[in-house]
Amino acid sequence: MLSKKRYLPLIILVLFAVSLFGCTQTTPTPTTPENKDIILATTTSTQDSGLLDVLIPDFEKKTGYKVKTVAVGTGAALTMGEKGEADVLLVHAPADEKKLVDSGVGINYQLVMHNDFIIVGPENDPAGIKGTKSAAEALKKISEKGSIFVSRGDNSGTHKAELAIWKAAGITPAKGSASYQETGAGMGQTLTVASQKEGYTLTDRATYLAQQKNIKLNIMVEGEKSLLNIYHVMQVNPEKFPKVNAAGAKAFVEYMIAADTQKLISQFGVDKYGQALFFADAGKNEADLGK
Amino acid sequence: MELIWQGLVKALEMLVSLDPEIFEVTWLTLRVSGMATLISVLIGVPLGTLLALTRFPGRNFLVSLSNFGMGLPPVVVGLWVSIFLWRSGPFGALRLIYTPVAIVIAQAVIASPIVISFTLAAIQQINPRIRLQLLALGANRLQMLWSLVKEARMGLLAAVMAGFGGVVSEVGASMMVGGNIKGETRVLTTATVMEVNKGNFDVALAISVILLLLAYSVTAALTALQQRRSGQ
Repeated sequence: MLSKKRYLPLIILVLFAVSLFGCTQTTPTPTTPENKDIILATTTSTQDSGLLDVLIPDFEKKTGYKVKTVAVGTGAALTMGEKGEADVLLVHAPADEKKLVDSGVGINYQLVMHNDFIIVGPENDPAGIKGTKSAAEALKKISEKGSIFVSRGDNSGTHKAELAIWKAAGITPAKGSASYQETGAGMGQTLTVASQKEGYTLTDRATYLAQQKNIKLNIMVEGEKSLLNIYHVMQVNPEKFPKVNAAGAKAFVEYMIAADTQKLISQFGVDKYGQALFFADAGKNEADLGK
Repeated sequence: MELIWQGLVKALEMLVSLDPEIFEVTWLTLRVSGMATLISVLIGVPLGTLLALTRFPGRNFLVSLSNFGMGLPPVVVGLWVSIFLWRSGPFGALRLIYTPVAIVIAQAVIASPIVISFTLAAIQQINPRIRLQLLALGANRLQMLWSLVKEARMGLLAAVMAGFGGVVSEVGASMMVGGNIKGETRVLTTATVMEVNKGNFDVALAISVILLLLAYSVTAALTALQQRRSGQ
């Protein structure tokens, strides 16, 4: 006599299998586009700051697209663009972005916003850089003093900016030494490491503000032009990569520079931190930024 | 220590307030890892049994491969599966990258060797005379195999638990093929890493507590099944 009990586990398993593929609720949208999915390759800073948590749902509601935000380092995001694995990029490494645009991989290249980098360090400031006007000058002092500097070391936009400042100072950082430590990790993690080791690091202001409660680092250097952190958005060229969702990518680029979105960006963070985390720049001349 | 307390309080808050986001993430974790474990059992038990009961040239090599597979780093599996699922890869047209199905595939690859090897050990351990006795009593091939599976229930359930434990706790593969996309491929492990990166240690701790509770619930149920007195 076959007891029903024996089949219970099997029934549960079948229900499992069905539920995995079922239930995708789609809220009715004005026009549901043909290919709904857009792969956005972006940096960890846009995700970690919480900005995308505001912008993405807004964009999805307005256009009916579904954005798959893959937040990796800028290096990985740019590579994904180069291989056509993403439809649209939101990154902050202008020098490398230029290469993509020049090679025809990136099209519809638009300035979106900026914020700034700051050099932070321990309160006792062993290298004596507090208030130094030039970031390159500050790194020079850190290097001469042999103080600990913690680097992202991950090809992110922040990492590339840091390397550019070392270059401007005419110094090659001593990789692998006790005074130059590369975490290969995101900004939050890197700040934690720098705080624990009482070292200096370069960070974007947004992540610093978000992490302040966890770390013991103070702002040492800020405000210089080389510390501008500029974000652009661009489509991956559909002529080079036919599989990209060109319509979706275009819609996203247009959204990012639209007046309403720019307003959202310029207001983001004010209620939580008392200051905006990003400055909206669409349509501006890049040379005018930071003035 | 205060941080741990904060994490526990936060976990309780999330559960009591029925925080929809955390429930969505938890439910997805259960479905994805459950499905992957199921697939690995469907593949692994027959294969493990086959390897246990047969001898052919190259059999030992296959067994060593399976044992080696148990130690595969999840992030390595994630990387290799990504390469296949990317648009530029052979299966790009299936558009599976950054979907839950991609995570299921990667996790099934991680869990299968575990299930195969455990099953192999459990079945091979059975006294070979029992096989002969079953056949002598008139059992056909299928009935004999089913009896062996029941006989090895202890080891087989350990196999399932090991497989499930291995995949519900991994983050490397989920991150690579899933992308930690909110509402779609965000599972408990990838959410924990993200919250750590954001500096929200209390939230990260809370999520980790929920993950531990989930893993324990499933394992406890399977353990009860395993330890049930036989003779049903």
